[in-house]
Amino acid sequence: MGLAKRIIPCLDVDNGRVVKGVKFVEIRDAGDPVEIARRYDEEGADELTFLDITASSDDRETMVHVVEEVASEVFIPLTVGGGIREVADIRRMLNAGADKVAINTAAVFNPEFVREAAAKVGSQCIVVAIDAKQVSEENEPKRWEIFTHGGRKPTGIDAVEWAIKMESYGAGEILLTSMDRDGTKIGFDLELTRAISDAVRIPVIASGGVGNLDHLAEGVTKGKADAVLAASIFHFGEYTIMEAKQRMAEQGIEVRL
Amino acid sequence: MATVAVIDYGMGNLRSVAKALEHVSPKTRVTVTSEPEKIASADRIVFPGQGAMGNAMQELHRLGLHEVILRHIHEKPFLGICLGLQALLEYSEEDGGTNGLGIFAGKVLKFSDPLMDEDTGQRLKVPHMGWNQVHQAGDHPLWKNISQDSRFYFVHSYYVQPSEKETIAASTRYGVEFTSAASHDNIFAVQFHPEKSQHAGLKLLENFIGWDGQC
Repeated sequence: MGLAKRIIPCLDVDNGRVVKGVKFVEIRDAGDPVEIARRYDEEGADELTFLDITASSDDRETMVHVVEEVASEVFIPLTVGGGIREVADIRRMLNAGADKVAINTAAVFNPEFVREAAAKVGSQCIVVAIDAKQVSEENEPKRWEIFTHGGRKPTGIDAVEWAIKMESYGAGEILLTSMDRDGTKIGFDLELTRAISDAVRIPVIASGGVGNLDHLAEGVTKGKADAVLAASIFHFGEYTIMEAKQRMAEQGIEVRL
Repeated sequence: MATVAVIDYGMGNLRSVAKALEHVSPKTRVTVTSEPEKIASADRIVFPGQGAMGNAMQELHRLGLHEVILRHIHEKPFLGICLGLQALLEYSEEDGGTNGLGIFAGKVLKFSDPLMDEDTGQRLKVPHMGWNQVHQAGDHPLWKNISQDSRFYFVHSYYVQPSEKETIAASTRYGVEFTSAASHDNIFAVQFHPEKSQHAGLKLLENFIGWDGQC
């Protein structure tokens, strides 16, 4: 027995409300992030990730209050991503009760920001989010690139090299999303996950494409991920976190039951 | 009103520690502070911390907290968390070698690179991040109502190795078997984060709030 593989539900928050519909039978208000966080905590989530998708930066203060409220009742690690552009943004979230922040676009445009952030608040608080898309043709060796703007803009940066660089800049963890698989429900890009996980020493969270519980297990067994993140399969009440853990345990994966 | 001082020396986010203590004991006044008088007058002391040991010791000296801790650590229930455990050892390999407070004989070591799983032969990630099992070495008031081998949340790249076996209160396996909790008289210190370890962690904090410092 040893370290458990983590299951992390992800909540997309727009102006203080969870979007993409969350459905629990006993929940009064399906859009309330605090109520949903509490439920996932009870179901055995190992961590929670909140992605702030609020368009206007004026409304970002709302996210701070959400984090504050969740952190005063839910005692598991909390990660917040979305709109993290400077050290002040990081401090604001950590002071509100977040344990880690996920840096995405800001890292691509200014890699030094990751170095600065890790030096100021410690690597354990810095998750670098990587959105990658396959760019190789079918008969070529697999290759993935970093994309920004929700997978629309290529950057020409090789995903594996980028992960190694981010680790050397002080990232404590990588949140890897396959933009080819995101929203498809056909499973993680296992080759991408494995390529990144093998390339770095820090933990890798697999994301993008989960449609059933076996997909979560595969992320660990075949993708070599240290944690798996999913949104919709938990939100719509298809599966509970505990069911996911049981399925993973049946396949010999160590989980916190 | 009973008081707990959470020592603030600029190393990491202490809000979660304070929140968790308030949650388990609404009747206790929890103060996050770097003021020596408040630490001296509190009924209990919590010494948390995240980050690098070199920085931590520098800050403790700069703020004069090094002396405050040494003066009061044997007087009242004291709980070290994460870096607050590591700083209690004599010496750490981190930052080219750093002297600690020397409350526990022994040192702080870095996980080897590469770190391999003894059973599967697979390479393990560093930092050791996530929920791992804590094997209690024996009975202690802080383990009350916490099952043997319960999982707690860890985030660290260095681990402590006390040289006196009787100070080991728990151990955990991750490539090596390391000390995940150390204790001596009124002092208890853990490598994991009880404030982020859900039920088991809150129980430990509750036990600490109710502890008279006797073993």
